[in-house]
Amino acid sequence: MDVEARTSAGSLRGARLRLSAAFWRRPWLKLLALLLPPVAAFGLVYVTSLGALLASAFWSSDAFTAKVIHSWSLTQFRAIFSLSDPTYLRIAIRTVLIAAAVTVTDAVLAFPIAYYMARLATRRMRSLLFVLILLPLWSSYLVRIYSWTTILSKTGPLNWLLNGLGLPDTHLAYTNWAMWIVFSYVWLPFMILPIYTAIERVPGNFFEASADLGARGPRTFRSVLLPLVFPAIVAGSIFTFSLTLGDYITPLLVGGPGSLLIGNIVYENSSTNLAFAAAFAVVPIGVMGVYLAIARRLGAFEAV
Amino acid sequence: MRKRIRGRHLVLLALVALVGALVVPAVGVSKSSGLPTSIGKGEGALSLVEWAAYSDKSFAAKFEKTTGCKITRKDAGSSNEMFNLMHGGGGGGGGQYDLVSASGDASLRLIYAGDVAPVNVNLVPSWKDFLPAFKAPPHNTVKGVHYGISVQWGPNTLLYNTKKIKPAPTSWAAIYSAKYKGQITVPNNPIQIADAALYLQKSQPALGIKDPYELTKPQFAVVVALLKKQKGLLKRYWVYPADEIKDFASGDATIGATWPYQTLALQGAKVPVPVKEIIPKEGVTGWADTWMLGKKAAHPNCAYMWMAYVSTPRVQAQQAYVFGETPANPKACPFMNKISKGLCSQYHLDAPASYSKSIRFWKSPVADCGFGGRKDCMDIQAWNNAWAGITG
Amino acid sequence: METRATRAGLKVWTWLIVAFLWIPLVVIGLYAFNGSQIQSWPISHLTFHWFSMAWHDSQVRDALWLSVKVGLLATGVALALGTMAAFAVHRFRFFGRESVSLLFLLPIALPGIITGMALSSAFSFAGVQLTMWTIVIGHSTFCVVVVYNNVIARLRRTSPSLIEASMDLGADGWQTFRYVTWPLISTALVAGGLLAFALSFDEVIVTTFTAGGTTLPIFILNNLRQGQQLPIVNVIACVVILLTVVPVWVSQRLTSDGDGATAVRAAAAAAQSSQSA
Repeated sequence: MDVEARTSAGSLRGARLRLSAAFWRRPWLKLLALLLPPVAAFGLVYVTSLGALLASAFWSSDAFTAKVIHSWSLTQFRAIFSLSDPTYLRIAIRTVLIAAAVTVTDAVLAFPIAYYMARLATRRMRSLLFVLILLPLWSSYLVRIYSWTTILSKTGPLNWLLNGLGLPDTHLAYTNWAMWIVFSYVWLPFMILPIYTAIERVPGNFFEASADLGARGPRTFRSVLLPLVFPAIVAGSIFTFSLTLGDYITPLLVGGPGSLLIGNIVYENSSTNLAFAAAFAVVPIGVMGVYLAIARRLGAFEAV
Repeated sequence: MRKRIRGRHLVLLALVALVGALVVPAVGVSKSSGLPTSIGKGEGALSLVEWAAYSDKSFAAKFEKTTGCKITRKDAGSSNEMFNLMHGGGGGGGGQYDLVSASGDASLRLIYAGDVAPVNVNLVPSWKDFLPAFKAPPHNTVKGVHYGISVQWGPNTLLYNTKKIKPAPTSWAAIYSAKYKGQITVPNNPIQIADAALYLQKSQPALGIKDPYELTKPQFAVVVALLKKQKGLLKRYWVYPADEIKDFASGDATIGATWPYQTLALQGAKVPVPVKEIIPKEGVTGWADTWMLGKKAAHPNCAYMWMAYVSTPRVQAQQAYVFGETPANPKACPFMNKISKGLCSQYHLDAPASYSKSIRFWKSPVADCGFGGRKDCMDIQAWNNAWAGITG
Repeated sequence: METRATRAGLKVWTWLIVAFLWIPLVVIGLYAFNGSQIQSWPISHLTFHWFSMAWHDSQVRDALWLSVKVGLLATGVALALGTMAAFAVHRFRFFGRESVSLLFLLPIALPGIITGMALSSAFSFAGVQLTMWTIVIGHSTFCVVVVYNNVIARLRRTSPSLIEASMDLGADGWQTFRYVTWPLISTALVAGGLLAFALSFDEVIVTTFTAGGTTLPIFILNNLRQGQQLPIVNVIACVVILLTVVPVWVSQRLTSDGDGATAVRAAAAAAQSSQSA
C-alpha cells in the first residue's frame, strides 16, 4: 500500500479523532452544532412569521381596496368580542364546542378498538387492523370528506339503506350533525393510535394483580387501565381538538347554514383583511394554549 | 409610548425581511409602465381565476393547441373570493394568476387595490365590434384607462324542480317562503343582499329602495332581517356551482337562486334533472364580467392572446352556450344560432339594450351613493359584516 | 379480566369502527366508475372512462409529481433538522430545553391555517414569490416534529451505556454514530420519514397559503369545487390507496420489532408529541 495514502488516511482519522475529542471536551460546542441549525431555521421562518402575524392583528385594512392601514388599535378585537354583534363570539363558541364534541366522540370510539388491538387480537389480526386503520389516512382527506356529502344526502346510500330496512329518512346533510360525524371520522385514527400504544405498554401482570385483589372488569378498567391510559387520550385529543379548531374545508363541504367555524372566517379574510384574520386567529391560539396547559396538568406530557 | 411601539414594529419588520432574504433570493420584477404595443411570443402557459366554465374545454382546447398556452384554472365561488385570490400572495395575482374574470363588484376594487394592469384594447381586434355599453363600461374603465376586456353578462335567476315545486313560482317570494323550508339554497355571497333588496324594493315600496346596491341604514336593516329569517329556511348556502348542481340532483334542494350555468348542467346531465329557471316578476340582479390582467402576470402574451381569442364571435357564442349568458360581441349572434336555433334571441343578443336595462348589474356598494354626497349608504364593509352575521 | 361477552362486544365494536373508516372509501371506489359527472345515488351507469382520462391528463401527472417532490424535500429537511434537535435535547441539559420541544410542537398544536397565513404574509411582505420551495418550507414546519418525536422516543429507549462502551473501546464520534447509534435509530427514521411524507402528501391548508403550483390535494380541491370532471378525483384517491397498500404493508413489516408496527408507533408518537413539551 502506498505510504502517502496511508498517512492521508491516518490524518483523516486523526482529524476525526481531534474533532470528536474537541466535541467531547467542549460539549457545548457539540450542542451548538446540533441545535443551532434547527432552532435557527425554525426561529427565523416560523416564529418571526407568527410574531409578525400576531402584530398585524393590531392593524386594520381598507374594506374596498384591502390596503393595510398601519396604525395600532384594538379595533379588530373589539369587533370579535363585541357583545352587541355577537356573530364572531357565536362562531368561536360553536367551533370550540364542536371540537370538544369531536374529541370526546373519538375517545369513546377509539378506546375499545385500541384495547382489542393491544390485548385481544392475534399478531396477524393486529397487523391487519393496523393496515386497515392506516390506509384511509393515505387516501386524500378531501375526497373522503366529500364522499360523506354523498352518503348523507337526501337520496344517498344512508337513506336508501334505512328505507330498505323500513326506517324513515334522516336529514343529516348540511347540518352541524354532519360536521360532527365527518370530523369524528377523519381524525379518529389519530386517537386510536396513541391509546393503542399506551394500552400495549401496560404490563399484563397489572391486570392479573388487579384480578387477584378481587377487582372485576369494570373496576380494573376504572382504577388500573384508565389512569394509565388517560394521558394518551389527552395526547390524542390534542390532535383531534386542534385539527377541528382550524379546519375550514369540512364546514364548506358538509356544513349547512350556521356551520361556519373560526377557520372559515380567518380564511375568507386572510388576503384582504389580514388584520381581522390575524386577530381572529388569536382565538384558537389562546384556546390551544389553555388546552395544552390543562393537558400538561393532566400528565399528558410525562406519559408513555 | 408611541415611539417604543414603533421601534418594536421596526424590529419585527426587519426580522421578517431578514427571513425573506435568507430563505429565498429576492426576485426582482421591474416592468416598463407603458402598454404593450404588440403581442409577443406565447409563454406556453396561462393561469386563470375564473367563474366555472369560463375557459370551458369546448373552446379552450383549440386555444391551447393553436397558441401553445396551456391553461390552469382556479374557479372562484364569489367576487370576494376572486378579489382574495388576486390580492393574495403580495397582490397583482401574486405572479401566480395571469387573468381574472372579475364581475362588476370586484373589478373596481381590483383596480383601486392596484392588482390589475391597464390593457391595450387595440391588441384585441374584436373589441371594436363590442356593444357600445361594454367597450368602456365604468366598472372596468377609469378615466379613460381600460383595465380589461369585457366578456359576457347575464342574470341571476330563480331555479326550481318542476316535479317538486307546484305551482311554478313567479316571484322571488318563493325563496323566502316557509312553504319550502329545508329545500332552499342561495349563494354564499354578500352581494346576495342585493337580491333581497331587489325583492323588497318591489314587494315593500314603502321602504323607498331605489337601487338594491344603495341602501340606507334603515333599509339595510330590513333587508338583513329578511335574510336572517331566510337562513332558517335554507338547506345550504352554496359556494360553487357544483354544490348547487349536486344538491338539486340529489333532491336536497328543490328551489334556489342560481346562475344559468347550473340550470344548463342539470338539464343536460346524463340523467336530466327536471328543473327550470325563470326571471321572477321583481326582476333580477346580474353580472357583467371583464377579463382583467394581473399586475404581476407571468404570462402576459398568453393572456393577451386569450383576451383576443375569447372576444371573437365564434368563441363568444360557444361561451354563451356553455354558461348561459350573453356575449359582449353582437357579431356572435349568427354563430349562436348555428350552435342552437334561436339561441341568440334566447339570450337577447338581438335586443341587448332593453334586456341589459332590466338587469341590475353587480356593483360594489359604497357609502357615497348619490344621495347628495351625504355618504349615508352602507358600504362594502357593512355588507361583508352583515353577511357574516347572517350566515355565521 | 374480560368476560366472554365483553370480548365478543369488543370484537364487534372493532369491526364496526373499521367499517366506519372504510365505508367512505368504498363509496369513493364506486364513484370512480360513475358514468355521470354528478355524484348522486344510485349510480346510473358505470364506465372506465375516468381512468383513462386521469391517466392521460397531464395536469394530474404534474400535480402528482409536484406532490412527490415536495413530500421528499420536506421529509429530507425534517429528517435532518428533527434528528439534530432530538439528539441535542436528549443528550444535553441546557437552559431553554423545554422551550425547544415546545417550539417544534407549535406547528402541529396550532391549526394549520395559522401557520399558512403567517408564512404567506411573511413571504408576501419579504417579496418572496410563491414557488415549490415555499411549499417545502411550509410543510417542513409540521414535518420536523414528527421526526423529532420518533427519534427522541427511540433515544429514550436506548441505553446510554452502549455509546459509552463504544467510546471506551476506542471508537471516535463518527464510528460510534455509524456502528452504534445509526442502527438503533434507523428504523425510527424510516417510520418518522414515512409519516412526514404522508402528512406532506395530503396537506391542503398550509399548501393553499404557500403554494406556487398545484399539488395533488390542491388539484383535488379545485376539481371537487369545479365538478366538471369529478369522478377523476375519485379515481386518483383510489389509485393512491392502491399504490400505498404496498409501502404501508412493507414498512409495517420492515419496522415492526416484534410487537407491532413502528410506523404506527410513529403516528402515535406524533400524536403524543406533547409528551416532550
